[in-house]
Amino acid sequence: MIKQSAAEMAQALAKGEVTSTSLTQAHLDRIADVDPSVKAFLHVDAEGALAQAKNIDAKRSAGEKLHPLAGIPLALKDVLAQEGVPTTAGSKILQGWKPPYDSTVVTKLKAAGLVILGKTNMDEFAMGSSTENSAYGPTFNPWDLTRTPGGSSGGSAAAVSSFEAPLAIGSDTGGSIRQPAALTGIVGVRPTYGAVSRYGLIAYSSSLDQAGPIGRTVLDTAMLHDVIAGYDPKDATSVNGAFPDVIAAARSSDVKGMKIGVIKQLQGEGYQNGVQARFDESLQVLASLGAQIVEVDCPSFEFALAAYYLIAPSECSSNLARFDAMRYGLRVGDSDGASAESVMNATRNAGFGHEVKRRIILGTYALSSGYYDAYYGSAQKIRTLIIQDYAKAFAQADVLVSPTAPTTAFKIGEKSNDPIAMYLGDVATIPVNLAGICGMSLPAGLADEDQLPVGFQIMAPAMQDHRLYQVGSALEGALVDKWGGHLISKVPALGGAK
Amino acid sequence: MSSLSRDDVAKLAALARIEMSEEELTNLASQFGMILDAVARVQEVNLDGVVATSHPQPIVNVFRADVVLPSLTSEQALSGAPAQEEDRFRVPQILGEAE
Repeated sequence: MIKQSAAEMAQALAKGEVTSTSLTQAHLDRIADVDPSVKAFLHVDAEGALAQAKNIDAKRSAGEKLHPLAGIPLALKDVLAQEGVPTTAGSKILQGWKPPYDSTVVTKLKAAGLVILGKTNMDEFAMGSSTENSAYGPTFNPWDLTRTPGGSSGGSAAAVSSFEAPLAIGSDTGGSIRQPAALTGIVGVRPTYGAVSRYGLIAYSSSLDQAGPIGRTVLDTAMLHDVIAGYDPKDATSVNGAFPDVIAAARSSDVKGMKIGVIKQLQGEGYQNGVQARFDESLQVLASLGAQIVEVDCPSFEFALAAYYLIAPSECSSNLARFDAMRYGLRVGDSDGASAESVMNATRNAGFGHEVKRRIILGTYALSSGYYDAYYGSAQKIRTLIIQDYAKAFAQADVLVSPTAPTTAFKIGEKSNDPIAMYLGDVATIPVNLAGICGMSLPAGLADEDQLPVGFQIMAPAMQDHRLYQVGSALEGALVDKWGGHLISKVPALGGAK
Repeated sequence: MSSLSRDDVAKLAALARIEMSEEELTNLASQFGMILDAVARVQEVNLDGVVATSHPQPIVNVFRADVVLPSLTSEQALSGAPAQEEDRFRVPQILGEAE
């Protein structure tokens, strides 16, 4: 039952073949069975999940009209506030904090009747690409437990790829949904900036952050996308306009006559052979389905990584100033006569991990007078050039494509002492965030050399998220036919004999 | 190659209100040159006449009607406080003895 897609589970629930309570219990059992080795969850809310499941079952038996995903379990990245449930953002500075309110994403999930199983592990404050920067220890990749699941939404991706949950919510500031989805062989979407409310999403870099859906199929991901997207007056950057029908797009899967642009700068040198091979193969599949493949030039993308690692740290140095030991979270050194400033200094030292400190210091430097124009100011102008590159490219193609990440999943510890090598893993995902557009990663197969999943990235203009699903479902359909099943069915069995 | 001394990092850490250990200051100072070189690539591009983008959405001045909406109760707002007293956040001493 837990290996079905969310769409299949939804049908079984609607037909009364299964109850949400039994479905939820099956996932809680799976978590108890495999999470000791995967470590996707920071907190499992069995009581809350079963209460919600029971509530949905009662409504269904009373004949109430329910959302198609009502009663389906879901894993929530620990960066989103959920009332009364521990929310840490993977940081010690928030250990034990129980938010007094729900984020808008959680409000929408609850309203649709989804069952939140618990909170998933992540790089501290979403700063990282491997989930190794969590203050609570790393998450392990279900495909190979010696490797990282990527990050920062590594816990959410590992939960979905190990069948602990059919759906999950992640957040993507520089690739944090798409890269872990790629490294664990599943589907992840970063919606258009402003399409999903950031209210209650613990801020890392406000002009880049966006929550989004993770699933094992394109259709499942579309169904979850549809639940969380929408205008929210509580978020001043929320888009107040018409939202595309992503579910219809995921069901249409027709790419005949569509123009697909391959970004010259995001392939070839620096990309693992097996990654490039699966990418090229997927392109051929799209061409065989009637799409027209064109090459596009985005020269400014060469500077995207540098711009990102100035803009995101600058915004984070400001955003994380709120963790001041005064109103919530950790407080250290509050002895008689200690000043507020010394308590603040000691708390931020004890509560933040190395990567968070590194980015706060870098941001503080980039924003300091004398350096502002050279670093932050230049990065903001590069951002304009990247937006212009995308505009030109989208004039030639309906969607743009690239490998999602330059490599397959790397070993735990392999890059943790080399920040630059770690940052390079985001090279293909970051331009989407800088331009505020949308992107999807879906499985393109296993790399020949290591038998690990490869992600295929699709990008579309702002508020054209449906194009991701249209092209994604076409490619997925053809690949699933070719493979005789979804890639995730090849993931090694974990835990007991269930 | 850019570089930042241990003292430069200590100054930034003080500005960011983080009391760092000697080991962390030294480590960060040794990595900083490499990171600055990587991000300094933004200066290789001719940016004359390019307008800066602070934000990807063309939204400006978002207002709502000035009406009272439901908000957290003081009990809820104080629920995560490290210390509280008389329905208020209790904070360490803010002003010096002499002031």
